[in-house]
Amino acid sequence: MSVLQKVTEALAKVMPDKGPDPLIETWHIVGQPLSRLDGPLKVSGAARFAAEVPLENLAYASLVLSTIAKGRILRIHSDDARRAIGVITVMTHENAPRMHAPPQMFTYRDSAATSNLPVMQDNRVHWNGEPVALVVAESQEAADYAASLIRVEYEPETAALSFDARKPEAKPPKDILGEPPDITVGGAEDALRRSAFRVDQLYRTPRYNHNAIELHATAAKWGSDGTLTVHDASQALAATRDTIAKSFALEPEKVRVMAPFVGGAFGNKCVWNHTFLCIAAAKLTARAVRIVLTREEVFRITGGRTLSEQRVALGANRDGTLAGLIHTGITGVVSHNAFPEQFTFPARHLYAAEHMLIQQKVVELDMVANTSMRAPGESIGTFALESALDELAIECSLDPIELRRRIEPQKDPTRNIPFSSRNLLEAYRRGAERFGWAQRNPAPGSQRDGAWQIGQGVATAYYPYYRMPGGSARLRITADGRAVVQAAAHEMGMGTATVQVQHAAERLALPVERVSFEYGDTHFPDSPVAGGSNQTVSIVAAVTAAVQELVEKLLRLCGKDSPLAGSRAADVGARDGGLYRLDNPTRGESYRAILQRAGRDYLECTAKAPMPAEMKKYSMQSFGAQFCEVRVNEVSGEIRISRWLGSFDTGRILNPKTAGSQFRGGIIMGIGMALTEESFFDERSGRFVNASLAEYHVPVHLDIPQIEVIWNDIPDPQAPLGLHGIGEIGITGTAAAVANAVYNATGKRIRELPITLDKILTAPPTLRRSVATSATPR
Amino acid sequence: MNEFSYERATDPAAAIRLFSKCNGRNPRYLAGGTNLVDLMREDIEQPGTIIDVSGISQAIQRREDGAILLGAGAKNTAVASHRDIRERFPMLTQAIVNGASAQIRNMATVGGNLMQRTRCYYFYDSAARCNKRVRGSGCDALDGFNRIHAILGTSAHCIATHPSDMCVALAALDAIVHIEGPSGPRRLKLTDLHRLPGDTPDVETELAPGELITAVEIPPLPPATRSVYRKVRDRASYAFALVSVAAAVQLNESGDSILAARLALGGVAHRPWRASVAEGVLQGAPATEERFRQAAEAELQLAVGRAHNAFKIDLAKRVVVDTLKELTRRPGDEP
Repeated sequence: MSVLQKVTEALAKVMPDKGPDPLIETWHIVGQPLSRLDGPLKVSGAARFAAEVPLENLAYASLVLSTIAKGRILRIHSDDARRAIGVITVMTHENAPRMHAPPQMFTYRDSAATSNLPVMQDNRVHWNGEPVALVVAESQEAADYAASLIRVEYEPETAALSFDARKPEAKPPKDILGEPPDITVGGAEDALRRSAFRVDQLYRTPRYNHNAIELHATAAKWGSDGTLTVHDASQALAATRDTIAKSFALEPEKVRVMAPFVGGAFGNKCVWNHTFLCIAAAKLTARAVRIVLTREEVFRITGGRTLSEQRVALGANRDGTLAGLIHTGITGVVSHNAFPEQFTFPARHLYAAEHMLIQQKVVELDMVANTSMRAPGESIGTFALESALDELAIECSLDPIELRRRIEPQKDPTRNIPFSSRNLLEAYRRGAERFGWAQRNPAPGSQRDGAWQIGQGVATAYYPYYRMPGGSARLRITADGRAVVQAAAHEMGMGTATVQVQHAAERLALPVERVSFEYGDTHFPDSPVAGGSNQTVSIVAAVTAAVQELVEKLLRLCGKDSPLAGSRAADVGARDGGLYRLDNPTRGESYRAILQRAGRDYLECTAKAPMPAEMKKYSMQSFGAQFCEVRVNEVSGEIRISRWLGSFDTGRILNPKTAGSQFRGGIIMGIGMALTEESFFDERSGRFVNASLAEYHVPVHLDIPQIEVIWNDIPDPQAPLGLHGIGEIGITGTAAAVANAVYNATGKRIRELPITLDKILTAPPTLRRSVATSATPR
Repeated sequence: MNEFSYERATDPAAAIRLFSKCNGRNPRYLAGGTNLVDLMREDIEQPGTIIDVSGISQAIQRREDGAILLGAGAKNTAVASHRDIRERFPMLTQAIVNGASAQIRNMATVGGNLMQRTRCYYFYDSAARCNKRVRGSGCDALDGFNRIHAILGTSAHCIATHPSDMCVALAALDAIVHIEGPSGPRRLKLTDLHRLPGDTPDVETELAPGELITAVEIPPLPPATRSVYRKVRDRASYAFALVSVAAAVQLNESGDSILAARLALGGVAHRPWRASVAEGVLQGAPATEERFRQAAEAELQLAVGRAHNAFKIDLAKRVVVDTLKELTRRPGDEP
């Protein structure tokens, strides 16, 4: 950390709060269930994705992937491929244009590269599935066929592939996204031994892949003037531009990256090998080149969520408070990335405990770089933590919600600073009432319908509030009374454009029909990565800054004939498509009138969001309570979810319609994580063996019940517009709620995901030792 | 995908002639294409000639003797929704609608369903060893991920399963496969069509080169026979069976004794598994849970589990017993 950064941080902690956003309680347009503005484009097929952009003189690329996990390429036999009809060239490490190895994104903010390995620059193979050759041809079919003719000879080396075998060598990573890998408060192991009630268990989670419906695609075209245009399925446009510029030694201004629509990303649509290779092939052939990954290639050359083994140990006092909380564990990572999967983050901020031990370790494996996948860390961390809490509640003979009430902290337990806004217990209260939690029979195996055993479970959802630095926006007001907001932001299906129009319309007091939002292009001002659920609030902060600046500009434009003559920004507010004095609401005029009098067609400004100082002074977190009902077939062990309710505390909700879909989507992905999804990594070869949607089981409609979502809608006074990002929290707590419901249904505690029917059939019922005492009532 | 030529046949004789003409260019018959085209895309199959037979014999006919004749080109959806099938062979309708997805069932045919190939992960990955793809290359499933693999009739060379649901019901229904080929027509019991892997798992059926399935005949069931298809899988739709059971039971008049039982298992073997050992135990036996359990135990006695699929042995027994209980339940019985 630089001295300047340290000073800034120290200052941020002592500076007075700015005061809440004045719009924090305004609900004219914000809070309305506006339908997605891009909906008609999507359903009519008019929205163009990266693989669909028409380009003149386009050539098509196809990849050849390594079939060994580690070693050297000895020879690549490509003569047949080169002679095949329609082939333009075959690119290998022997003729690929020189590229600098990229910096990797979890260490450098302006990078979107998920690995810092050189791409096709030498004969080394680092994982099974790494691209070793690429064919460029006049058609996709010709390229694919020629690629199938290429034979590669390897000299394999022994690869590190077994997680269990490497576990004894696990070591702490340097840091976890800037946070320390270890936190110790007092002596948690001793506290555990002395506790009246104890749980000490290992939980395991497998590898997962994102499987966005849109396959990764890149199309690249070099201009004669040395410029480069890239269409890329991307959730990090600005960082992708900077990454490409670094690798190809270009000025960032020479590179334009576009992605107006992205068909799902979930953390996976950053820069992988194919993006570099597509650009390199375009350079080599002096053609526009497109590459679209197959589903199998998505598994092999883009990474997913890594596997974990986690220990959670909880020691409770007689009154149900926590004496000790231990959350430790190991994940599998690669040496060419820095992504330990932050599964201990929830335990750092969720519950009060007298003694705490938090520790993450990693083992390095020879595999494709693992990466962020919807709520990385928090998704699997809450599985372990919230399963263990359920086990503790049973040990203490306490209702699991009551247990959480007793361990509710007054301030952030590890950062020792206040929460900006924390209403988890309110989310539990409202959720429990709506779900009918009070009617649940806590005795395992007590409810049934024929062969189906029924159970209910609950778990806390948790995800941090992030607002990343680097957000900016351009705002233009035109003389016909319209506003246009521009930012290099990302629409991956979550409703970005819609909610940003709602926000700008509210802040400018214009009807939504007169506001538009342009995005998905690095010609617009930079936005941060659409990750960490930060995009919405980051753009809101940038637009807020732009509106402030524009108001000042407008007031300067008002001559002495204007009713606003002599007003300062603090004196006016937006109303009815214009600015009006706060002390005299009759004095003011419309944007249109101001511009027309000044003879201007438009007025424009670009502004940057202020640094996210709110995150330094406050612990800013989002919460929720997941309620699940399952049916488990006693004969077959089949598990079906029959009811779901998510109750969230995520600040204020901008748009109930798009937010509801975000929460539901997260819960559905969590149900997949809980019950059916797993990427099978064959430790003999280092290959994924179920690299297809037929064999990698995401949930289908029949697996998903009606999902009800509710929210507190309590604005966070420290956050722009009082809102938190919500893209990821829905997946958190989900798997634990399922596991806890399965326990309630069957008396079987499954601590390894996914909870498949064979695990149910072979698990012994967890016999609870009879406990004479229970936690004392409070 | 490799280059291939495409021919369209208008009747079986023309298809067989085309096949003979193209011999040497690895010809393959194409029906709905829901499996073959996938395999071509994955480079697992590389036919030089495709002979499209999808237009041939789509009819579903009821013969005078009560048998049903399913044309090989009849779509899965058409079969499942056919009134005679729904009413007289509900187990077959259930098996079909429990397979694949509605879109696939709209394309897939009777003949193609019989000829579909395994879903073994290693069969689909050309970088893995697979005796089915390359004879003698080895089997990576034996000690790999084998949770979905076979427990009955396996060999040291292959533990793949046949993925069909429909065939399991057809096996229980004593279906007969009508075949035409270069040396004339013949008929084969469906249970004799698919082979066990042995040391040639690449040879999956008894069909000779050029032979074409033209129809599947379903003989009528004895009166008062109840039937059901029960499928156990990892998700509620679009997943292959871990274990499935097709069962048809004819009870005596008082409903406490089994006159005849037919039982077939899916997801457990290289072919739809007719459980004739269990049927022998059930024949003439009292319809009791104890007897059902004996039947299941007897059928699964020779089952062999591996690292991840051993659970299927117990699962198959449980589902057999439960399915028989369901079929023999009398009004007023406790569910």
